[in-house]
Amino acid sequence: MALLKRFQTVRRQYEHMKSLGVDPFGIKMEKLLSPTEAIINGRKTILIGTNNYLGLTFDPRCQAASAETAYLSGTGTTGSRIANGSYAEHTTLESDLADFYGKKQAMVFSTGYQANLGIISTIAGPDDFLLLDADSHASIYDGAKLGTATVIRFRHNDPNDLDRRLNALQDKPGNKIIVLEGIYSMLGDKAPLTDFVAVKKKYANAYIVLDEAHSMGVLGQTGRGLCQEENVEADIDFIVGTFSKSLGAVGGFCVSDSPEFDLLRLVCRPYMFTASLPPATIASVKTALRIIQQEPQLRYRLWQNVEFFYNQLAQLGFRLGKNKSPVVPIYLPNVEVGTLFWQNLLKNGVYANIVMPPATPMGTVLLRCSICSAHERQQLQKVVDILKKTAEEVGYFAIHTQQKFAVA
Amino acid sequence: MSTLQISQVFPKVIAILQRYNKSGSNVHISMQTDLSSDLNLDSLTVMDLIMDLEQEFNISIPMNVMSEIKTAGDLTSTITKLASV
Ligand SMILES: Cc1ncc(COP(=O)(O)O)c(C=O)c1O
Repeated sequence: MALLKRFQTVRRQYEHMKSLGVDPFGIKMEKLLSPTEAIINGRKTILIGTNNYLGLTFDPRCQAASAETAYLSGTGTTGSRIANGSYAEHTTLESDLADFYGKKQAMVFSTGYQANLGIISTIAGPDDFLLLDADSHASIYDGAKLGTATVIRFRHNDPNDLDRRLNALQDKPGNKIIVLEGIYSMLGDKAPLTDFVAVKKKYANAYIVLDEAHSMGVLGQTGRGLCQEENVEADIDFIVGTFSKSLGAVGGFCVSDSPEFDLLRLVCRPYMFTASLPPATIASVKTALRIIQQEPQLRYRLWQNVEFFYNQLAQLGFRLGKNKSPVVPIYLPNVEVGTLFWQNLLKNGVYANIVMPPATPMGTVLLRCSICSAHERQQLQKVVDILKKTAEEVGYFAIHTQQKFAVA
Repeated sequence: MSTLQISQVFPKVIAILQRYNKSGSNVHISMQTDLSSDLNLDSLTVMDLIMDLEQEFNISIPMNVMSEIKTAGDLTSTITKLASV
């Protein structure tokens, strides 16, 4: 205990939750049945708490590619690309990714977390400035921490605040590296990317790194993400992403037209000093990448599901995030009601994510629901009914109308 | 930019801290008031209230500097320094 004394608040909050009989961090998926169903606590449960936006984890083509490659190339690489060599799968996936995005170069990492860690810590040096959106993912903050640049946060999704801060840095010689996300993982909101690009263009030596973790496969005509939807691809200097969400596997990547890009393979430590992805994983990712380009109907179905789910919940009087997005957050009044809501929901057969302090500021508690294109309509209807029933059980609507929320 | 005095900065720091303070509205805030133990502010909330101050004084407080801010006094002297360059 003495070693981790500084985390006492975390322990206290976790113990408090467990004393209420709730342990969201101890969830065990006993058996996966499909992208949208699992056995939890011995019960068949509908999943609305994944990042499996296109339902590809059980796509038979991805499964077959993965199994086949495990037989042909073995279960793992046992080392890093730099020390132990690249497999054909690594380099062909990199050219597939570069082709997919229409960029010159691509680099594959072992996770999306490591992609952000590596890119952000390496492209910004001691005289440079990293400008992070306040709501950035932990991997972005950690990348900034691992690096040597001066780190400045700007207000979430606020191009004017970024502009003000860049303006104040104009006399400083270093590069200004702006880090944004396509869709934010907890509130599901998109970056106002066109406006951010306009701000970037006002300043010398300014670059944008865009993390499309939750928007790849989800936004854009061929699934290239927010940069494609907003038609600003040429102005994004580095796109980072993950294979762990819409592509249904694990791994991360970065694509860029930067002429210096190849040097990253020799200096980017989170790329160099960790084992490379197993070829079987890559095989499923390559298949999934082809599917998201060739089957836009997956995206249409996803957005139809989002439309249905969001409208149903809004009509019932749930307090939701402002935007329609595959991530649908429901605001809950406090930790007590939040944990009870989450727990009853699970008992009633639906698994969602609960997000609360200290991971959120000002006591905000969210039930994070995420939509999958593989959700059947009647499955989503059932989820809506169960959400309503659960809300009534915990008195959500009564509290809601009295506006007793921690945060507006 | 002109030079700012601590006496000009501190009242604005108090005003913003009072807005976020969760320990009741009548807490007296001095330079020694600890943001975490006296005002019950979690680290994310501190980062957010710092944004309000950054806007008020048109500055950016880098994150490595933020991590050294423990008290209302630390906050006030950091702002005074950064806003007076
Ligand atoms: C915005 C964002 N970036 C990066 C990651 C990390 O991705 P990975 O799961 O591949 O490590 C995540 C998800 O965890 C994320 O939400």
